Amino acid sequence: MSDSARQFPAYDPADLWILDHEDIDALEIGAGILGTGGGGNPYVGKLRARQALNEGLQLSILPHQKIHDDALVVSVGGIGAPVVGVERIREGREGLRCIRALEAHLNCQVDAIACEEIGGSNAIEPLLVGAYAGMPVVDCDGMGRAFPEMQMTTYSIYGHRSTPSAMCDVHGNVVIFQHAASELWHERMARATVVSQGAGSDLASAPMRGQFVKKYGIPNSYTQAIGLGRTVRAAQKAHEDPIDAICKHERGKRLFTGKITDLKRHLQGGFVRGEVQLSGIDAQHGETGQVLIQNENLVFYHNEQMACCVPDLILVLDVDTGEAITTELLRYGQRVAIVALPCHELLRSPQALDVVGPKAFGFDDITYVPLQEV
Amino acid sequence: MYRLGIDVGGTNTDAVVMKGKDVLAGIKAPTSEDVTTGVVAAMNGAIAQAGIDRANVSNVMIGTTHFTNAVIERKHLTQVAAIRLGLPATACLPPAVDWPQDLKTVVGDHGYLVRGGYEFDGREISPLDEAELIRIAKDIQSKDLKAAAITCVFGPINAEMEQRAKAIIQEHCPGLPVVLSTDIGRIGLLERESATIMNASLLRLAAKTVDAFGDALRDAGINCPFYITQNDGTLMAAETVKNFPVLTFASGPTNSMRGAAFLTGVKEAIVVDIGGTTTDVGALQQGFPRQAATVVDVGGVRTNFRMPDVFSIGLGGGSLVREQNGAVAVGPQSVGYKIIQEAKVFGGQTLTTTDIAVASGKAQVGDPAKVADVDPALAKTAMDTITSMLENAVERARVSPELIPVIAVGGGSILMPDSLGDLTVIRPDNFAVANAVGAAIAQISGEVDRVFSLEKTTREECLVLAEQEATQNALAAGAVAETIQVIEREDVPLAYLPGNATRIHVKVVGEMGGSNE
Repeated sequence: MSDSARQFPAYDPADLWILDHEDIDALEIGAGILGTGGGGNPYVGKLRARQALNEGLQLSILPHQKIHDDALVVSVGGIGAPVVGVERIREGREGLRCIRALEAHLNCQVDAIACEEIGGSNAIEPLLVGAYAGMPVVDCDGMGRAFPEMQMTTYSIYGHRSTPSAMCDVHGNVVIFQHAASELWHERMARATVVSQGAGSDLASAPMRGQFVKKYGIPNSYTQAIGLGRTVRAAQKAHEDPIDAICKHERGKRLFTGKITDLKRHLQGGFVRGEVQLSGIDAQHGETGQVLIQNENLVFYHNEQMACCVPDLILVLDVDTGEAITTELLRYGQRVAIVALPCHELLRSPQALDVVGPKAFGFDDITYVPLQEV
Repeated sequence: MYRLGIDVGGTNTDAVVMKGKDVLAGIKAPTSEDVTTGVVAAMNGAIAQAGIDRANVSNVMIGTTHFTNAVIERKHLTQVAAIRLGLPATACLPPAVDWPQDLKTVVGDHGYLVRGGYEFDGREISPLDEAELIRIAKDIQSKDLKAAAITCVFGPINAEMEQRAKAIIQEHCPGLPVVLSTDIGRIGLLERESATIMNASLLRLAAKTVDAFGDALRDAGINCPFYITQNDGTLMAAETVKNFPVLTFASGPTNSMRGAAFLTGVKEAIVVDIGGTTTDVGALQQGFPRQAATVVDVGGVRTNFRMPDVFSIGLGGGSLVREQNGAVAVGPQSVGYKIIQEAKVFGGQTLTTTDIAVASGKAQVGDPAKVADVDPALAKTAMDTITSMLENAVERARVSPELIPVIAVGGGSILMPDSLGDLTVIRPDNFAVANAVGAAIAQISGEVDRVFSLEKTTREECLVLAEQEATQNALAAGAVAETIQVIEREDVPLAYLPGNATRIHVKVVGEMGGSNE
């Protein structure tokens, strides 16, 4: 892994997209939508990004295909409980310390950051780590949405071993996971460690080569999230239907418009599981809908027919603003639009479906049928 | 014995005199610049109308938007030391980081981060840095700051560290008012901290206002205790408001909803308060307004107060009605308080919703002859538009599929049809002063909102524990034990935390101790 003496430039600085305040505002909305109900609230991350910009730091994105094949890229993200994220806010440099710890452990120099999960609060964390470390974030991620567990990334699915990895907390504690027998073991050990660290840490996985990231990272995640946020903002300003605007921008499908008529949530194995019942309004008066939840929105039934399931994206959006409603904020009487977005092809292969398909979430009776693109 | 309810709004100050469950008199007077003049005028008017001896008034309850307006207008606020216990956590975002700059300037950007705070499970993040607090106390003195706000990470699960910090600061700054976040809000550090800072910056105004109310009442010959209503429709003793002015922020809509519940005797309903320019819509559950689940914006600052879940639409008795390309548009522009001059039925030139209601024969206000020329087709289309606006608003606020009634209150409620979709509409007597009635009937509450671990116990046991704690809080605030009942009981499981952590929220209410009927 030692690349200390290498000669190539990892990327051309002229290719970088430097983010401004407006991009960050759009990213908050877009990442919230791609969170498909989970992923944590990006608001705190947005505030931190604003602080970083005001301090003169540079938040930059490198186009996906512009990273050198041999460059070292580290995927980083927050790990823990969303409620901790809004109360025990981070110290700020956890992610940077993860990168430095990995570099020291592996005697290498990291060139760029990759995003683990574009949906929710983990969209902004890599940008902050990159800003502190003086590195860009490659325009890609490992999920194209939000998922509850670490092994559910395309990086892991397509053969990258995420160990050795480094986890840091607010105190400055650093844990290196030298080796995990499987990606699932890594997830289990990381989960146990993060609880002892107060349930809000950062984790950086083993470096990947640029070549691998270009092939197996879900491309253009930041372009998509920021574009999505801008689309919603523009529609709100022009008093146009933000749901239609999202569908048009994302080649998505508006599956249902309705009102929440019942809501059940319960704890199971540390996850919030639940279901939302909907009754149609406007053109869909008299029809029914149902969303099944496990932290994220996983399955949607329309008139008792399965209409969309993981890994395709099921968005529950406020019908008036077009902004995402996370699963913990759902409540009776809300008027919502259910929009489905096609997931990336990388999540639709048999090996991906083993990890992120309906059966991986315990829906044994559901067979994944790819959402038809509009 | 009589009770006096007063609601100080932006435009009008309303007062009612009540005996038991009867409204003896209701009066509207213009709100005055100094607030108290309007209060005294409305109060005297109501007492005169009721024809009672003011010596027999046993309690006065006041609802006021004065403190909300102070924040919105950036007036009468003092500079505050914002002390946060939590380092090394939270170092990346200082206090008041998301405040509008003008408010930050007024309250002063005096943020202090100190080692301390708790993890989610109650372990200390760091031991409290007492030496640093002493240094901060000296800084407070040298900058002549008027109050301090202390916010501890995960303080809502253990208030001890905030209390210790307060003792240290007050030891070195004798007499300095110190507000603790655990007395103000719930989990959600930035929102709770912002509310605590705002509360601290309002303390001086709160003391002045409460004293002025007290003086005005005494000068008017009323010597009984008085209370101020808070966001959840319950009462705070006037002395308590001096410490917690932020808890009055949403008392306006709350009082009108509580008043609506009382006047009709209905406990599950949608309340529609139609004013001159806007209509506030909210849901009543067990006679209390349903609380908002998300953050509430006050003067540009995100807070997580206990606030009623009320939303407004741009429809009122003064809303403009215009015909454009064959379609009829209603609002959101309104003639507002000028309706008395500008609406057609009052001899003006502007077609308003009130004119439409009169032209359609739904209401008798002003001179119906002045709207005789309104095209019946236009009147019908406009009435249909108004009805569908109200229908949509009520649908949004509906909290259960049951057929609950809609209660129409406020001066503009002549616009309300006799039914909305499948829901019936109730119009109580005294509908125009429902907010003052809401103040007059307010009760005392006690509340618990905390994370519990279900590891060695059950959800049911935790709920019982929370209920006992809430009851203790209500008794301490002056409630009568026999009248206490639980009105909110909610538990939300928290994801990714071990030990089946769950957040439990219980609220109880009881009749106020001083009220003898």
